[in-house]
Amino acid sequence: MDGTSATEQTREGRSTGDAVVVTRGLTKRYRGGQLAVDDLNLTVPAGSVFGFLGPNGSGKTTTIRMLMGLIEPTSGTAHVLGRPMPRSARAVLPHVGALIEGPALYGFLSGRDNLLRYDAADPTADPRTRTSRVAAALDRVGLTTASGKKARAYSLGMKQRLGLAAALLRPRRLLVLDEPTNGLDPQGMREIRALVRELATDGTTVFLSSHLLDEIEQVCTHVAVMARGRLITQGPVAELAAGARGRLLVTTPDASDAARVLKEQGLADVVAEGDRVSAEPPARDLAEVNAALVAAGVRVRGFGVERASLEDVFVALTGEGFDVAG
Amino acid sequence: MSRAETVSASVQPRPLWTLGLFRDELRTTFRRWRTLALLGVLAAVPVLVGTAVRIETGDGSSGGGGGGGPAFVSQITNNGLFLVFTALAATLPFFLPMAVGVVAGDAVAGEAGSGTLRYLLVAPAGRTRLLLTKYATVMVFCLAATLVVAVSALAVGALLFPLGDLTTISGTRITFGEGLVRALLIALVVAASLLGVAALGLFVSTLTDSGIAAMATTVGLLITVQILDQIPQLHVLHPYLFSHHWLSFADLMREPVHWEDLTKNLGLQVLYAAVFGSAAWARFTTRDVTA
Ligand SMILES: Nc1ncnc2c1ncn2[C@@H]1O[C@H](COP(=O)(O)OP(=O)(O)OP(=O)(O)O)[C@@H](O)[C@H]1O
Ligand SMILES: [Mg+2]
Repeated sequence: MDGTSATEQTREGRSTGDAVVVTRGLTKRYRGGQLAVDDLNLTVPAGSVFGFLGPNGSGKTTTIRMLMGLIEPTSGTAHVLGRPMPRSARAVLPHVGALIEGPALYGFLSGRDNLLRYDAADPTADPRTRTSRVAAALDRVGLTTASGKKARAYSLGMKQRLGLAAALLRPRRLLVLDEPTNGLDPQGMREIRALVRELATDGTTVFLSSHLLDEIEQVCTHVAVMARGRLITQGPVAELAAGARGRLLVTTPDASDAARVLKEQGLADVVAEGDRVSAEPPARDLAEVNAALVAAGVRVRGFGVERASLEDVFVALTGEGFDVAG
Repeated sequence: MSRAETVSASVQPRPLWTLGLFRDELRTTFRRWRTLALLGVLAAVPVLVGTAVRIETGDGSSGGGGGGGPAFVSQITNNGLFLVFTALAATLPFFLPMAVGVVAGDAVAGEAGSGTLRYLLVAPAGRTRLLLTKYATVMVFCLAATLVVAVSALAVGALLFPLGDLTTISGTRITFGEGLVRALLIALVVAASLLGVAALGLFVSTLTDSGIAAMATTVGLLITVQILDQIPQLHVLHPYLFSHHWLSFADLMREPVHWEDLTKNLGLQVLYAAVFGSAAWARFTTRDVTA
């Protein structure tokens, strides 16, 4: 790792304040030359449920690996719970539960024995309470009855649940979940959302990477968006959604007339699709627009501004392109 | 930065935790089907050798007379205890180190390949501790594998052949009890002879994310070293090949014991363990764990 300058240090000191994760200029170039994370400055406030978004290959997992001390940053620093990583891994990681790139299990061991092993690997875990903590974690993810089964016989969702249980073996200050609902059934997803909310009320900070944007929207207080290894934006969810303006949506059987009237009224970006006409909402009072529609004999079924979804914001920020950046 | 203080205050590693991980590692290793299969194969070797000798001598021939075979074969019919020495001499060149190579090669690479390594590291097991635990476990496996051969050989020997006082290579007589002690000593020396391969295997294991590749490489290296040891033109290299002094354990059956080759062998194993152990540590504590 290259040295950080003194100014960098003090800036960190000030901004760390109540943050659980702080990265400054964090950069990772893999051995093959791939620049996976580029100059990342991330701040995860304590107590937040932090959604970490980005298209495939944008560097989310790479960032998480650096935060967990699994890989060394090429340059820059990462602090977790106020301590530098990977140097302070032994002090920090007992307070952190993590699910990284899906679960990994010993197929020839039962679900319960898998958890016992992961708990035994933690030098700070009390062996006297091990079995009861393992039982509690299994119960929390709904695996109690399947806990005696060999992990190789688990379904995808059961493996995911067991991975989550491993992250919940002890009370944690930070929970890092890389696509936790992958492979879960709808009940499982709901359960995870409820779990995340419950943990958050208990004061655990949850760092959540996911592609399911409505899921993020439902549980997260903050979000950061990555694209091509760079941070595009971060902040409270509400601010992000407010930043993107919603669209005026008119539902009507006379779509073409409606579109003409809206254009005459000076609205931009008018799009007619079947019986729905949408446009950028104007600055003036919407009631006047509606009155103009009615005056022109347009039969209006529905009229209103549709709030921008996180998905709209996400696509606006990261682009429509489907192909993964190379 | 009160947070930083609470982090350090509430986390006190327990003094005996390393043993906790070690115990768990032992349990996990010896519950693997592969480990048990290897031990099964090793247990079968004395059964095969014993039965073969029994059938041969049952025909009325006087027991082979040696030729190119292991040193103790001709004595087995007189005393079943010699099956222990024969079985160890028969398995030490290949079966035993191969089994150790498989277990050591898989130790880190197998966990990396299945992804469990990243969860052990975020637990956090600590890289140095995990590596030490792995090496200690492979050492236990060396001992277990050798004892499996020895005990199986003793059982088969007792079943098929008479037991009693025995003659050493030097021609002196020792009691059966002392013979047993020698057998145990020999088993310990054989187990120690495997420590070099174990360290080599563990080092290879830190280089890749594929357990199979690490096992194959280690066993390949083992065969290569054995072949090099047979080429007379390379005699300058021979004293540094980990297998060169392996069969010196027979010197424990002399009266008095010849220590020279035995100590050379053990010294060489310690050297290999130090060199490849350090290399494994240097590699494992700095590598990126991405699998
Ligand atoms: N072990 C590796 N070696 C080399 N390059 C890698 C490695 N892992 C990831 N990359 C590259 O780094 C970039 C970021 O990958 P990363 O796994 O961090 O993406 P991600 O945001 O987690 O994607 P996804 O949403 O698909 O999980 C990609 O271009 C990927 O090809
Ligand atoms: Mg990922």
